[in-house]
Amino acid sequence: MIQGAALILLCQLAGEAVAHGTGLPLPGPVLGMILLLLLLLLNDALPRPADTGFLAPAADGLLTNLSLLFVPAGVGVVGRLDVIQAYGLGLAVALVASTLIGLVATALTFAAVARLLRQEAEA
Amino acid sequence: MSGSADGLGDFGLWVYLSRTPLLWLTVTLLAYVAADRISAALGRHPLANTVLIAVALAAGMLAATATPYRTYFEGAQFVHFLIGPATVALALPLYRNRRTVWRAILPMGAALLVGALAAMVSALLIGRAFGIPGTVLAALAPKSVTAGVAMGIAEGLGGDPALAAVLVLITGAIGAVTVTPLMNALGLRDMRARGFAAGLAAHGLGTARAFHVNHVAGTFAGIALALNALVTAILAPIVLRALL
Repeated sequence: MIQGAALILLCQLAGEAVAHGTGLPLPGPVLGMILLLLLLLLNDALPRPADTGFLAPAADGLLTNLSLLFVPAGVGVVGRLDVIQAYGLGLAVALVASTLIGLVATALTFAAVARLLRQEAEA
Repeated sequence: MSGSADGLGDFGLWVYLSRTPLLWLTVTLLAYVAADRISAALGRHPLANTVLIAVALAAGMLAATATPYRTYFEGAQFVHFLIGPATVALALPLYRNRRTVWRAILPMGAALLVGALAAMVSALLIGRAFGIPGTVLAALAPKSVTAGVAMGIAEGLGGDPALAAVLVLITGAIGAVTVTPLMNALGLRDMRARGFAAGLAAHGLGTARAFHVNHVAGTFAGIALALNALVTAILAPIVLRALL
């Protein structure tokens, strides 16, 4: 658990350092995710790969409770609803419509290209 | 107010506890546990979103006790902080499903470009039609991207980062609530496509929802979240300049 958490934090720290050092438009945690993935793939390429099972408790613990992590920020939104009210109707329509359009466009494009390539769907 | 003259008694205890991070951290976790029970009791209906219920419960507590958000956040920051490590942890499901992911590289690339543009352009065009000024549109452009990145993009475009964060969270809530019924209505059963759409259009909240539904969906949502942060950061300045 602690070993896994330490590796995750280390990757995030490296990601933050690269993001701030180079001014890339990517946030530190996203760079950290890419770094951790590369480490796992490189490890597989070694003649005798290290056991990475220690990562699972920390990573799965975080991901199964991902919803919880958005509660503090969500509570902050409730306090700022007055900011939204000035352009309430326009913003509401724009947010709802564009989210639905984004969902449909993404999913249909994915499915259409997968069908073109004759890939089987994963249910 | 039953406190005695020296500030002790019931009210003194409340004053003490309400200033420590412990109280509001506990409230955040309890609100989430209660919300999870409520959501389960309602058969996990998409509208009974655990995050929305937990936010309503915690915000209700804040309002009832007239606690400022700053005080609340001193406790809740420990939970909020974990968004970063959780983003890094998305590498693990990505790694476990690497063969599935690699096979889907072409559908993902196409869906990424089409979806990112569709979400951003439609939001900006509708906003402009309603007469929303350019500085607010700049905060609206990155609304499908994870909050930390969206704030940076909005700031770079001359928008308000705090407003961007608010619009991001509302977008996430809309996406998390609508994605399952919407995909069912479209008759789309490919969990890769459904998850990818949830992560692209509704970032972390969509990803959390996707993990609740299916592990493959959650994995693809996590990939979409990361890729869209990159693509929108590049496209937003171009699209905004073209539309304004």
